[in-house]
Amino acid sequence: MRVSVFEIASDFAEDKDTAAKVRDAEIKPALEQGKSVILDFTGVDLTTQSFIHAMISDILRTRGEEVLDSIEFKGCRPGVQGIIETVIQYSLETLEEDGAEVVSG
Amino acid sequence: MRIYVPNSGWIQNIGGVFEAFDPTNPFALTVDFHQRWISVHPAVLAMTACAGLLVRHNGGTVQSDVPGVRSLPYLIRLGLFEFLGVDPGRQITEHEAAGRFVPLTQIQNNAELRSTITDLVPLLHAPLEVAAPIKYVFSEMVRNVLEHSKSPVGAVVCAQYFRRSNRISIGIADAGIGVLGSMRRFHPVTTSRDAIGLALRPGISGATARIGGNEFNAGAGLFFTKSIAALSRNYFLIYSGDAAFKLMKLREDQQLILNADPGLDRHRIFDSIPAWPGTVVGIDINVHEGKNFADLLDKIRSAYSIDVKAQKKAYYKRARFT
Repeated sequence: MRVSVFEIASDFAEDKDTAAKVRDAEIKPALEQGKSVILDFTGVDLTTQSFIHAMISDILRTRGEEVLDSIEFKGCRPGVQGIIETVIQYSLETLEEDGAEVVSG
Repeated sequence: MRIYVPNSGWIQNIGGVFEAFDPTNPFALTVDFHQRWISVHPAVLAMTACAGLLVRHNGGTVQSDVPGVRSLPYLIRLGLFEFLGVDPGRQITEHEAAGRFVPLTQIQNNAELRSTITDLVPLLHAPLEVAAPIKYVFSEMVRNVLEHSKSPVGAVVCAQYFRRSNRISIGIADAGIGVLGSMRRFHPVTTSRDAIGLALRPGISGATARIGGNEFNAGAGLFFTKSIAALSRNYFLIYSGDAAFKLMKLREDQQLILNADPGLDRHRIFDSIPAWPGTVVGIDINVHEGKNFADLLDKIRSAYSIDVKAQKKAYYKRARFT
């Protein structure tokens, strides 16, 4: 399953409502069905930490580090990649801190 | 309420603006202007416009000694008198605003934010390295206002680009519950000063008590914005209730460290000052051709991890970028 971030959020991906909708309507269901997800950032010049947080943080916290094997981040410019890495890092660190149970499957 | 717009009101000398502000009587606003040259930060203009909107929203009145000064056309073009509902007493020929400023703009919902951000690029006629920080700060700070502030007039934004000095100045003001009103719902803070200190820490959100935020809020917007100013060795200001935090400018020979604890930053706290009924944010950013704003954001990652938890494992390295 592929999500074109440019198509849903333009070259400046900042609308976190949109990010949360895509998370709940497309990304989570696909992962629950065991599918891989490609988040395609081709054409996105800039994003915000809030947008990326709304898109992936809850998924990382509920499914744990392993879910990264099922997600591919495609076409990221360096700054976009930096923000994604930031969100991945703090989401999984706080998961560890919470001692939360991770959903499998 | 009374606001004095001085001849010079920038973040470096913002104390005079605080001292002259009188928050009493939310049903009447008097705006006084320095009667010669006026040169102020967009945050001061946003604050003044927001006060005008608030008082008019309350059904009150605004009066102003409209100045006969050289800066009057500039204040008219920025739209200040429309926000105050005051006739400036003269008309000006509207020149193209391109390349220099984003006029005072009220934003009350996501659609207006989106439209402001979209209009900003052709308005500035500026390269990506100039437009990107303004877009980023507008987005993060205005979304904070729309989601958390309960401001009856939304947010007022304004920005100015100084081409010669390669500097961008951005101001955002709201008339909402303030940082203390937002933070104390989930955190044990009782003063604006402490609430601001907490809100600037990465991972502390006004939407949850949980460190690292919830599925929709990370508690990182203010930390990122402060870090953007810090990385360009420039000023950042947040003023809410009776307190303000000012990040000081760093010289090139001073070591640049992004601190999760704002108390470790080179800063100044203003405490027990006249209380602003909401939140005002001001930021100055240096932009340089060829220096990518996105690269600057990338540098924030290492600092972010420090406060949420000491970094034990580089989880981000497992992510697949293709």
